Amino acid sequence: MIKLEARPQPSKLMSIASPLLALAVTVVIGVLLFMMLGKDPVRGLQMFFVEPVKNLYQISELSIKATPLILIALGLAVCYRSNVWNIGAEGQFVVGALAAGWVAMQAGPDTAWMGKGIVVLVLLAGVLGGMFWAGIVALLRDRFNANEILVSLMLVYVAEMVLSYLVYGPWKDPQGYNFPQTITFLADTRIPRLVPNLRAHIGVIIAVVAVGLFWLFLFRTYRGFALQVGGLAPAAARYAGFSSRSALWTALLISGGMAGLAGGLEAAGPLGQLSPYVPAGYGFAAIIVAYVGRLHPVGIIFSGLLMSMFYIGGELAQSRMGLPKSLTGVFQGLLLFTLLAADTLIHYRVRWQRAAPAVKAA
Amino acid sequence: MNTPSPALRLELQGISKQYPAVRANDRVSLRVEPGQIHAVLGENGAGKSTMMKIIYGAVQPDEGRILWNGEAVKVTSPAHARKLGISMVYQHFSLFDTLTAAENVWLGLDKSLSLTQVAQRIEEVAHTYGLDVQAQRPVHTLSVGERQRVEIVRALLTQPQLLILDEPTSVLTPQAVDKLFVTLRKLSDGGCSILYISHKLDEIRALCHYCTVLRGGKVTGEVDPALESNASLSKLMIGAEPPQLQHRASNAGAAVLTVSSLSLNKQDPFGMDLHGMGFEVRAGEIVGVAGVSGNGQQELMAALSGEDPRAAAGSITMNGSDIAQAGPGQRRRLGLHFVPEERLGRGAVPTLSLAENTLLTRTETVSKSGWIATGRVQRLAEDLIARFNVKAGGAGAAAKSLSGGNLQKFIVGREIAAHPKLLIVSQPTWGVDVGAAAQIRGELLKLRDEGCALLVVSEELDELFEISDRLIVIAKGRLSPSVPTAEATTERIGEWMSGLWAQQPQSTIASAQA
Repeated sequence: MIKLEARPQPSKLMSIASPLLALAVTVVIGVLLFMMLGKDPVRGLQMFFVEPVKNLYQISELSIKATPLILIALGLAVCYRSNVWNIGAEGQFVVGALAAGWVAMQAGPDTAWMGKGIVVLVLLAGVLGGMFWAGIVALLRDRFNANEILVSLMLVYVAEMVLSYLVYGPWKDPQGYNFPQTITFLADTRIPRLVPNLRAHIGVIIAVVAVGLFWLFLFRTYRGFALQVGGLAPAAARYAGFSSRSALWTALLISGGMAGLAGGLEAAGPLGQLSPYVPAGYGFAAIIVAYVGRLHPVGIIFSGLLMSMFYIGGELAQSRMGLPKSLTGVFQGLLLFTLLAADTLIHYRVRWQRAAPAVKAA
Repeated sequence: MNTPSPALRLELQGISKQYPAVRANDRVSLRVEPGQIHAVLGENGAGKSTMMKIIYGAVQPDEGRILWNGEAVKVTSPAHARKLGISMVYQHFSLFDTLTAAENVWLGLDKSLSLTQVAQRIEEVAHTYGLDVQAQRPVHTLSVGERQRVEIVRALLTQPQLLILDEPTSVLTPQAVDKLFVTLRKLSDGGCSILYISHKLDEIRALCHYCTVLRGGKVTGEVDPALESNASLSKLMIGAEPPQLQHRASNAGAAVLTVSSLSLNKQDPFGMDLHGMGFEVRAGEIVGVAGVSGNGQQELMAALSGEDPRAAAGSITMNGSDIAQAGPGQRRRLGLHFVPEERLGRGAVPTLSLAENTLLTRTETVSKSGWIATGRVQRLAEDLIARFNVKAGGAGAAAKSLSGGNLQKFIVGREIAAHPKLLIVSQPTWGVDVGAAAQIRGELLKLRDEGCALLVVSEELDELFEISDRLIVIAKGRLSPSVPTAEATTERIGEWMSGLWAQQPQSTIASAQA
């Protein structure tokens, strides 16, 4: 019989090392996987861990993926630390992209006086769009005690339907050869790039600043402290007088806003128009990013980069080695799975036990 | 090797248990005769609980032998222990919150009985021993005292040969303690041995036939308690005589807290409605609230602390301002501080450090704009640790890493050091060792002498008699008139705890207080 036995004292070192351990196990399983597929495992690993950071171009591409992941994961970390289970960042991302895209499409000769300043409005619209979508979840939870996991998840599909309706219908580019896409946004409304000729944009800077702000919020403000107490010990939060309603709203609006911001950056950045391909799974992958990063802003940088490497590695493995792109998902899932396993083993030890010996009659 | 004496029900020979940080038992021996009520006396951390867990099979010893009815046994699990005929009532309850009392009891039994039969047996046993247990209530709705009663009934259902009781009387009325003693003597006459773990010297001397004293994991004395005095017992237990509290008459000032016709419907189906409660607490006095747990204490505390702000406007006022519907933070700003009954999870966040836990109720380290001054938080925690003699691995230690007594000192200290105008304390010394309990009571008295109004709710009558200036009794959601402690007797308070007090008009109470 296998038994899990609680350890008296979980090791501090191991709880920091567990993401690395999980990564190592993921790599080992990855090697086995490549071998079973009859591919060179060294070359396979190269696609995932070397190619994505090989040169400036690749690093720029990496940042395109990492930026939304990190931004969304930061918001989710606040949510999960507050015991609010927002699973629908993908939907908030889409609505953020829609709102930002709408503002971007209003640009024209009338708004030329704003110059590049309109980008601020575009991003603000993204934030508000994401907040609105998450606000629905908060309202239903607050008012009707609806389960926020289900509601936020379902709203992802609603958001995708709204997107489809708009790009197939009223927002379709009249000169777009009937493709389901909007007009290409005007240059003024596009997110400024960091370096000419590379796709990396100022979202990278926003993400780095956001990491700092979230660290300050979580660990240096009373509001952030109160949110986390609500997550860790609800009775203690009641005792201290921290309102659980306000925690619910704050957590959801923050995470919705961050997802919306990521959506705005994506729409007005690399995409430059809205199409059914806006939802790329960042909102779901960010859940893994948040957990692998230990719900810690600094940890999220590393896990965000790692997850982006999986994205790019998967694409490279497909184009260069003829492997299915779904390997990305396999690796992401493996990483989360091994991390959860490592975490369990930090808190529990496995005991092999024979069945309890028969009792002698007294 | 010693030849086991066949007359012994249980014998421990040279039992040791090493934990990572502490040697909890160091070559401990124990000899329990059939039908003997055997006290195990010691402070928290003396190794009593470890010894009991070893006997009960919850912990395996590193060395030593256990003889059960003369035969060497290895108790591999609590289930094994129960099959041998050993039952235990833990001090920290092992009940599943989401199950009912009956279901919890059923879990520990072999499954030959149906759940309804078990519920019936519970009612019978509860009735026989005068333990009030409602079998169908989910455990999470039970108060600490009620949970303990479920545990005692559960242990008695298996008709054990050895019953281990860990601090069993702290939640019973004096009459119920007497009843329990009758029960225990009955069990003992029937041949059942009883291991009685306690730090209450009077009880041990009144009840037990034999007493083994532990200190620092070692046996420091084996005596007949009837021949000892409290002083000599406590000397064996803590190596010194406990500090005596100097209780002087109070100089009560103006009323700080006034509660009038406070009625509240229960929020929880198994809670207790509060009916027309009225009392006041004046500056510079300690009012003690006696009562068996589950009689409305939790509800009253929640209404006073602000965790339950549903009270009718005007029913709770503090220094003249109506706080009936204010939140806990608002009340704290007026000077009302509260120490809840549950230390972990309510009074402190288990996984956060002591420093972070100061922030629950102490916000002088937070700037107006909401920034936390971490240096000052750290210093505040260090000051509390030093001033209240908290044994902890520094301000960064997680709350859950502290022993119950030390965490209690920290939490009580956190509220005392906030210079409250009114301090409400629920179970100030629950599960706290003698030294720490004396220290906490001393601090409460000191605070009183500085002019703070105190309301102390406790299930330990001795404690209330020791520190209170006036006593009120809570029973079935109602409050008795108040009586000066000097005029109160254990018998009278005990009677009141069953809800029997002469209904006096409010005016006579007021004049009696004056």
